[in-house]
Amino acid sequence: MATLELSIRDEVVAGPVHKTRRLGMLFWIAVGWMILVFALAILAPALPLPRPTDMDMLVRRAPPSASHWLGTDGLGRDELARLIYGARISLVVGLCAPVIGVTVGGALGMLAGYFRGRFDALAVGGMDVLLAFPPLIFALAVTAFLGQSVFNLTCILGVLSIPAFMRVARASTLTLARREFVIAAQALGATHARILLRELLPNVTLPLLAFFLLGVAVVIVVEGALSFLGLGVPPPISSWGSMIGEGRESLEIAPWLAFIPAAAMFLTVLSFNIVGDSLRALSDPRQGAL
Amino acid sequence: MSGPTLLSVEDVAVNLPTSRGNLRAVDGVTLTLGAGKTLGIVGESGCGKTMLSRAILQLLPKKAKVFGRVLFDGQDLVRLSPEALRKLRSRSLAVVFQDPMTSLNPVLTIGTQLVETLQRHLELDAGPARKRGAELLAAVGIPAPEQRLSQYPHQLSGGMRQRVAIAIALSCEPKLLIADEPTTALDVTIQAQILDLLAREQRRRRMAMILITHDLGVVAGRADEVAVMYAGRVVERAPTPALFKNMQMPYTAALLAAIPKMDAAPHTPLPAIAGRPPDPTHLMQGCAFAPRCRCADGQCLREKPSLVSAELPDHHYACFHPLRINAGANT
Amino acid sequence: MMHGVPPVALHDPLLRVEDLVVEYQLSTGTIHAVSGVSLEIARGETLGLVGESGCGKSTLGRAVLQLGRAVSGRVLFDGEDLTAMQGEALRKMRQRVQLIFQDPIASLNPRRRIGDIIAEPLLIAGYKDANKRETLVSEMLSAVGLDPALVKDRLPHEFSGGQCQRICIARALVLNPEFIVCDEPVSALDVSIRAQILNLLEEMKQRFGLTLLFIAHDLAVVKAVSDRVAVMYLGRLCEVGASSELFARPAHPYTALLIEAIPVPNPDVTPPERVAVGEPPSPLAPPSGCRFRTRCPRADYRCAQEIPDLRPIRAGQAVACHHPLI
Repeated sequence: MATLELSIRDEVVAGPVHKTRRLGMLFWIAVGWMILVFALAILAPALPLPRPTDMDMLVRRAPPSASHWLGTDGLGRDELARLIYGARISLVVGLCAPVIGVTVGGALGMLAGYFRGRFDALAVGGMDVLLAFPPLIFALAVTAFLGQSVFNLTCILGVLSIPAFMRVARASTLTLARREFVIAAQALGATHARILLRELLPNVTLPLLAFFLLGVAVVIVVEGALSFLGLGVPPPISSWGSMIGEGRESLEIAPWLAFIPAAAMFLTVLSFNIVGDSLRALSDPRQGAL
Repeated sequence: MSGPTLLSVEDVAVNLPTSRGNLRAVDGVTLTLGAGKTLGIVGESGCGKTMLSRAILQLLPKKAKVFGRVLFDGQDLVRLSPEALRKLRSRSLAVVFQDPMTSLNPVLTIGTQLVETLQRHLELDAGPARKRGAELLAAVGIPAPEQRLSQYPHQLSGGMRQRVAIAIALSCEPKLLIADEPTTALDVTIQAQILDLLAREQRRRRMAMILITHDLGVVAGRADEVAVMYAGRVVERAPTPALFKNMQMPYTAALLAAIPKMDAAPHTPLPAIAGRPPDPTHLMQGCAFAPRCRCADGQCLREKPSLVSAELPDHHYACFHPLRINAGANT
Repeated sequence: MMHGVPPVALHDPLLRVEDLVVEYQLSTGTIHAVSGVSLEIARGETLGLVGESGCGKSTLGRAVLQLGRAVSGRVLFDGEDLTAMQGEALRKMRQRVQLIFQDPIASLNPRRRIGDIIAEPLLIAGYKDANKRETLVSEMLSAVGLDPALVKDRLPHEFSGGQCQRICIARALVLNPEFIVCDEPVSALDVSIRAQILNLLEEMKQRFGLTLLFIAHDLAVVKAVSDRVAVMYLGRLCEVGASSELFARPAHPYTALLIEAIPVPNPDVTPPERVAVGEPPSPLAPPSGCRFRTRCPRADYRCAQEIPDLRPIRAGQAVACHHPLI
């Protein structure tokens, strides 16, 4: 006679038996900053700001005042407006490039980790080749050939981020594909597509998502660096990196011109890192328990 | 008890703070062990037997809190300084764990690990230590011991690795060896060999041994006394023959009955114990086994029974309705 | 190599394995996991397959279900050759044969709810009606002793090993298969839970009319649930026979060794000294002839030269040994 599990009823009273990780204060501050930056970036055209390209040659390098909350830059353009419009660029590139990376890299990694064999060897070899390219030279070459634009920049950075995501997805898939629940799905007659989408993808998503957020942080910095060097977004579009570059000339007279966009970039990148780390920590104990 | 008492565990309790609440891993355990004797501790997973062994060895995680006393050779291990404890370990107290792959360092050769122990505790030089190491490996039944000294753990089979772990444990002639599920991960024929080896070495060195296992069959022929643990407490303790023939605690009887026996006919339904072991973070008011026990009544759910002895002074049990005595009243 | 027809020929067996060979290629060499195994399982029977780790029993169980293809040999299920099937035909066949694993928690996708996990086979099989699926899932959960309302929306990590194994059994049974391979289903469970799951398996077998291949290393467990038992060592079968007969009067020295080595929970039985000699050889380089000869007290020159065939020794019992015990 099969014995019924008596104590299953206790489970309901006590609640589910997983550990509740409390996300700290820092996490919520980081989220708050991200929301602020996103909101400002999205609502930028609706905000009562002067246009970032409006030059007022009479108030060049002015300190913060009532009409210009963060002052003006070397060409009399409002710093706050440039900062907010710069956020748009940084976020657009920062989000879209990793999206390319995670979709292409993630898919490649999962397929390589699941099917293994020659396909895996080919994929890993291809990624090694891509990683071997010095990224800066690659960016230079593409911009020289195709011209500077936000679109080109996003594509370059996206392609350069594919190997990293491929590695993460492949590593995850390799360990998971050997687990019994995947063999169980095969034993049930599931097609490869079904196994990849229904069994593996839900488990690979969380580590990929955590890595994605870290990737956003990295891309924002890389875009900033390229724009700082003048290889990123072309003028007159402002991005935080180009603002820092322009502010470099006025460091003695008006240091805030370089520091304010640097601070904005620092806080944004830090927030993405914190959120990404917290997500990774959240997903780990569950995975570890299995 | 005949002979001097080597180890005396007095009302030891272990509290482990976890994110789910305070875990009472060990809930007031009292045991004694004489020199040269074997004590078997039997219980299922989560009963606290491993935590108890860690408490005796003082190898608990930092956030664990220990109560009670552990008297070994006259000294209270709980109050001892880390220096004194280190000297005591390996010299007088040794341990063999379940999984030799994790108890042996995978990146060091067998020789390095064995010789290191010998050098540190017996203060031998490298040359004599290596010779002694080879002798030890031969004594535990490893063929070609000199070659094994330069091999890595992953190059040996599970049984061999466990022999090496035993050799390391025995290298400094300890007075007490704690074997925590030493054969659970091994095949049954290798298990028999390892248990034989432990018994042989114990006899030769007149060493006391604590054998921790979930398998009643393992302790039946190899322990002088058996203690059965459930939910952090000892629920029955008796000399081995008395325990098997004269079980008092319903849990012990149920555990024995639930094991498939070789002499039973196929398809005999097994008397299973209903329900599951309790969650150690939720302390229950009465006897921990009461929800699963057929003999339980109101008193069992309200009060915790303490360990008392039966007519025979060596046989202790913690139950309000022990089997033999109430054989007429309850089935 | 052995001829294809197993000696204990049954009338109309449900499963018939003919000379199955499974090998793995490693950088260090070839692992001969299964080297020519033939057996038959009758309808409604439980065949126990017992052996120590590395003997190839799990590999055999999976190869029978075509998970991990064999190098040679055939597997006939209800007359149809599984080894020759591919793609869609094989996937359809899988609905009739199922598998239960050793590690119940790892057998469940940690990110899917129990209800979805058990409904998955139905979805794969093409059950379009969501209500019908729901009903079947609830029925199955009740059958294995779990309350569907409490269990369906939870994740696997919220349950214990025993409960997860019940869920795995429910998943295996939801399509009403005919044949189930149980690969060490209770080895990872506590003693008291083992008995529960074994009883559950027996009950399910009676209720659904199943045929089982029960793989385990614990002889007592195998004896408790099997009608016939096959003993395996290093990729080959040593002995096959009815449970009670085989363990009461083993014909193969390895079977005798296994029986002797089991720790008996009876203090009057002193454990035999020096019961086993040496360690099992590596499957990378199995001994020539009879693979057990390196540990067998009865081995001689002939054992190294000739591979012993599985030959009938008594009614219903067959042994592969040149010097059997009876």
